[in-house]
Amino acid sequence: MSDRKVLAAGFASWLVLWLPVVRGALEGDMAVHMAVQMPLLIALGVLFAAAARRHEPRWLAAADWLGIPGIVAVVLATSFWMLPRAMDQAISNPFVDLAKFLSLPLLVGVPLGVSWRRMPPLGRAFIWANFIPKLGAIGGLYLAAPMRLCSYYRLDQQQLAGWTLIAVAVALGLTWFVAAFVGWTPGCAKSITGSRRAAPDLA
Amino acid sequence: MTRGFPVLLVFVLAAGLAALACETNGFRVMTSAGARQLSLQRAPQRLPDARLVDQDGAQFSLGGYRGRTVLVDFIYTRCPIVCGVRGDDFANARRLIKATGSSAPVDLLSISFDLRHDDREALRLYGERFGAEAPHWRIAAPADAQQLAELLRSFGVVVIPDGMGGFVHNAAVYVIDARGRLAGILDADAPAQLVAAALQVAAP
Repeated sequence: MSDRKVLAAGFASWLVLWLPVVRGALEGDMAVHMAVQMPLLIALGVLFAAAARRHEPRWLAAADWLGIPGIVAVVLATSFWMLPRAMDQAISNPFVDLAKFLSLPLLVGVPLGVSWRRMPPLGRAFIWANFIPKLGAIGGLYLAAPMRLCSYYRLDQQQLAGWTLIAVAVALGLTWFVAAFVGWTPGCAKSITGSRRAAPDLA
Repeated sequence: MTRGFPVLLVFVLAAGLAALACETNGFRVMTSAGARQLSLQRAPQRLPDARLVDQDGAQFSLGGYRGRTVLVDFIYTRCPIVCGVRGDDFANARRLIKATGSSAPVDLLSISFDLRHDDREALRLYGERFGAEAPHWRIAAPADAQQLAELLRSFGVVVIPDGMGGFVHNAAVYVIDARGRLAGILDADAPAQLVAAALQVAAP
């Protein structure tokens, strides 16, 4: 597919996700909101990056030294949308939801597709080693909290979200473990082990 | 590395941290409830003069409480567990207020958000169950759906279905001060703490 077609398909998917019916369905449950809708928005950004990478201005590529500014944007933006208050506002206020719909693809997905390739292997390992325990810890927090953290989700939904985040963390951890120690490196696991040649597979 | 690198990095860091700081009121709160509590502590918020009907069928309005401090909770009378506990808490709080003398300017108000089921009879039964007597403890329902929506919005109450025919909502107690403003949200469950907080608002 040509870059233009990829961009068009990505934008069409973005619009479908933005449809009130789809939005309502995906945001109606906390686990789906966090483990399906948000990752999909990020994936769309990665898709955009794959299509637009060749057109990246040279000054931006130079300023994004070793991918550091890009990955900082990723860490900050993902932290923001993990805040219970931010999720509440995204549900109750369409403008905040639009901010989420723009920032997750553009400030998380695109840097993952563009900056990640510039990062040295150890830098990538550092990010993974931070992200996986953080995900598990937040999941544990949701399970341990005796009260509801989001006004729009029930306690049982919050606990399901907790278990889901822990499951994702365990799955990522296992994948990383296998990739790092056993050397089995399919698909995105290649990027985890840091092989520069294999890295573009992430996108 | 170019000169653009530090500029871009500082920009990303500053924008990102500013957004995080703003959303968390300076890294102090993570939830909507926490943010609201903090903002009320700083500045009490005006409330609409909503019209309600109590368990005796009498009409009254929020504005009629001027000069008195009111502890408000939101209920639905079919509520199986949480509201029952809250009802007991309010009943005990009422006893404590009476014990401090009739001069204590603190009233209780339980507002139902379930207009469909909570008619006057349901409110009366709920009141009887906990020994609530108007006007010092009213069990009330907003006069109509519009009044209800306005009340929920101004108090910041979010009601969602519990998936079993009932509701889940922020089970908190709200304090209205003598000037009719929303002055605080209490997580405190113990009736003594509720009354102490109300008396503190009443006599700062």
